Amino acid sequence: MKIFATYNIKGGVGKTSTAVSLSHLAACDGLRVLLWDLDPQGAASFVFRIRPRVKGGGKALIKGSREMEEAIKGTDFENLDLLPADFTYRNLDLMLDATKKPTRRLAQLLGPLAAEYDVIFLDCPPSISLLSESVLHAADTLLVPLIPTTLSVRTLDQLTEFIAGFDGHRPDVLAFFSMIDRRKRLHMEIAERLPKERADVASTVIPALSLIERMAVERAPVTVFAPRSRAAQCYAALWAEVRARFL
Amino acid sequence: MVQAYSCEFVLAGHDDDQPADEDVLKALAPRFSWMPGGRPGTVRRAWLDTFDWRLHAAGLTLEHITGAGPGELALTGPDGERLVARPGRVTWPALAGALPDGLVRARLRPVTGVRALLPVIRGVSAVRNLRVLNADDKTVAWVTLDVLSVSYPVTADLPTRLRVTAVRGYQAQAERVVQLLAGTPGVTPEPLPLLDAALAAAGRRRGDYTGRFDVRLTAATPARAAVTAILLHALGTLEANVAGTIRGVDTEFLHDLRVAVRRTRSVLKLVGGVLPAELAQKFRPEFKWLGDLTTPTRDLDVYLLKYADMAAALVAATPEELRPFHAHLTRSRAAERRRLVRGLRSQRFSRLIGEWRAALEGLAATAQGPSAAELAAERIRRTHRRVLRQGRAITTSSPPESLHDLRKRCKELRYLLESFASLHDPATHRRAVKELKGLQDCLGEFQDCQVQQHEIRMFAAQMMSDRDVPATALLAMGELAAQVGLRELQARSQFAGRFEDFASAQNEQRFRTLATGATP
Repeated sequence: MKIFATYNIKGGVGKTSTAVSLSHLAACDGLRVLLWDLDPQGAASFVFRIRPRVKGGGKALIKGSREMEEAIKGTDFENLDLLPADFTYRNLDLMLDATKKPTRRLAQLLGPLAAEYDVIFLDCPPSISLLSESVLHAADTLLVPLIPTTLSVRTLDQLTEFIAGFDGHRPDVLAFFSMIDRRKRLHMEIAERLPKERADVASTVIPALSLIERMAVERAPVTVFAPRSRAAQCYAALWAEVRARFL
Repeated sequence: MVQAYSCEFVLAGHDDDQPADEDVLKALAPRFSWMPGGRPGTVRRAWLDTFDWRLHAAGLTLEHITGAGPGELALTGPDGERLVARPGRVTWPALAGALPDGLVRARLRPVTGVRALLPVIRGVSAVRNLRVLNADDKTVAWVTLDVLSVSYPVTADLPTRLRVTAVRGYQAQAERVVQLLAGTPGVTPEPLPLLDAALAAAGRRRGDYTGRFDVRLTAATPARAAVTAILLHALGTLEANVAGTIRGVDTEFLHDLRVAVRRTRSVLKLVGGVLPAELAQKFRPEFKWLGDLTTPTRDLDVYLLKYADMAAALVAATPEELRPFHAHLTRSRAAERRRLVRGLRSQRFSRLIGEWRAALEGLAATAQGPSAAELAAERIRRTHRRVLRQGRAITTSSPPESLHDLRKRCKELRYLLESFASLHDPATHRRAVKELKGLQDCLGEFQDCQVQQHEIRMFAAQMMSDRDVPATALLAMGELAAQVGLRELQARSQFAGRFEDFASAQNEQRFRTLATGATP
């Protein structure tokens, strides 16, 4: 079982769109996939038309009083399940803090799912917190969407330095440029240059396309409602790159 | 793995009475809506098992589904666990070992053993899948409408089957869907799985054949009626295995057929006295002919089944050097099988079976003579005594023939025990058979080794005269004969211990119990 986490400190950079699209593409490849919507806003759950509610809330899951398996919902797509968001996830930090090894807790919870799933995607809320740290320890690979600006590249450096300080397990990092605006010269320059200079930046870029935003309107992955669109093709290329590198 | 909640219905009534799918689905409104879940399709289906239902006995169901896409082999376990494989081009019957490597094959092989998988039902299903949607237009359940037309072993159209399957995490909604459908006229809950419904249409049920001998008798049954029932059961087994033997589906058909013949011969010999005298006189030579007809092919089957182990045990020679021997065995088996098939297709065979059945079914019932319990007690006592007498007379210097004779007596005792098993206390019967089997295994190994050594020499002579045979092959066969000789010595040295166990006071007491107290 491989665990991917779409992660960035910043919000609105395309984490959920990526998690939703890649999890659907992985399921289309025949892999058994679980997407855990860790964001209390529940955007991924909304896209899959699943109500953002977990019986007992995040506390029951983190404490282990409710089995993860019982909270999982089937999506409308073969091989793809979702562990929905819940508004109580806003307090996951506090809930984790109450456990013995908070930074290892997510990994512990996900371990028993290995028999059932080939791939797990964690769609993380934008923050740097105890939850983020637990995600970083649980994930095999971090998929980091970046807006091509100098500051966001600096954030990536901070993240990799932070991970380098971990004892034991350290996740791989793969950043990729997201929401690229072709009309902005700076976007294009950084997006072309950086993948050549850094191995941890994917060559695939995801442009800023209105179809991607339409996922929230259609309430389905773009790879479902517009499978031949450029947006779907870009995500397919990104998934191919991720798969080739990490699976 | 979480198992999906599922419930099945049939749309009841015949033809005109059967409600239309759309009318049934209207029952879901307004709480749920529904939409097609893919294009309607037609799939060919074959449910498979061994002839003696080994998958069923292990709680497994195997289905081969072929439609527009590549075929799928779905194995469902007792706890609902489902394994799927793509078998490629496979022609049934087939041994599990012939399937592509993978979880399905690995699960099937130890269960099926030497038995082939063969279709028990074939048919074509017209399938339509529908999504049941909640207020968010989220799929909460699937409804599958399945119309199966059975094409084998009979032709029959089954009523439309409607299956509701919950999407994971939506069981409560699926249960509501089930409630709504259950309240619809013409929709009847169907607890019987589709396979069982199809089998019922063919007048069959799972597990309706078993190689085990199972005749229910009572102590008071007149002996003649009991013997007739035993012989008719053996005849049923014999008849059931003829087609599979002729087709060469797997080696167990011939094995079961031979057991039925041997049982018939033993019963005629040991307890046939309660039947009219001319019956045994007429049919015993014919069943001897039938037994002799089947022996060469079975002997070669046993050789070939054990061949891989024998070849692997070679020390000086290599399995490669033994290949010409394998080729010779295969050729000989093909020739013997042709002879066997000719025999089973002959008028003599069909006349024997037809006349035997008519004779048994035409026997007048008579209350005169002993009861089944009395007959069983007397014959078991007598045969057990013979086994003990002959066994005790065997010493280390006794000729092999004395062990062969003892083996025959043991077989007769075994058939008697099995034939009248329903009259005995199951625990005592089980232990007595276990001790007897221990002795039989030892005697069987001794005789098999003797026969095999003789045959290896005979085969070597045949191979020399038939065609050029490499010296290395003959040397390998020599080593094989030496190994068989060692096994024979081992079996011979084990005999005294095995017989001692069988002849123990405790086991004698068991036989005394069996020979005196048949349970009413």
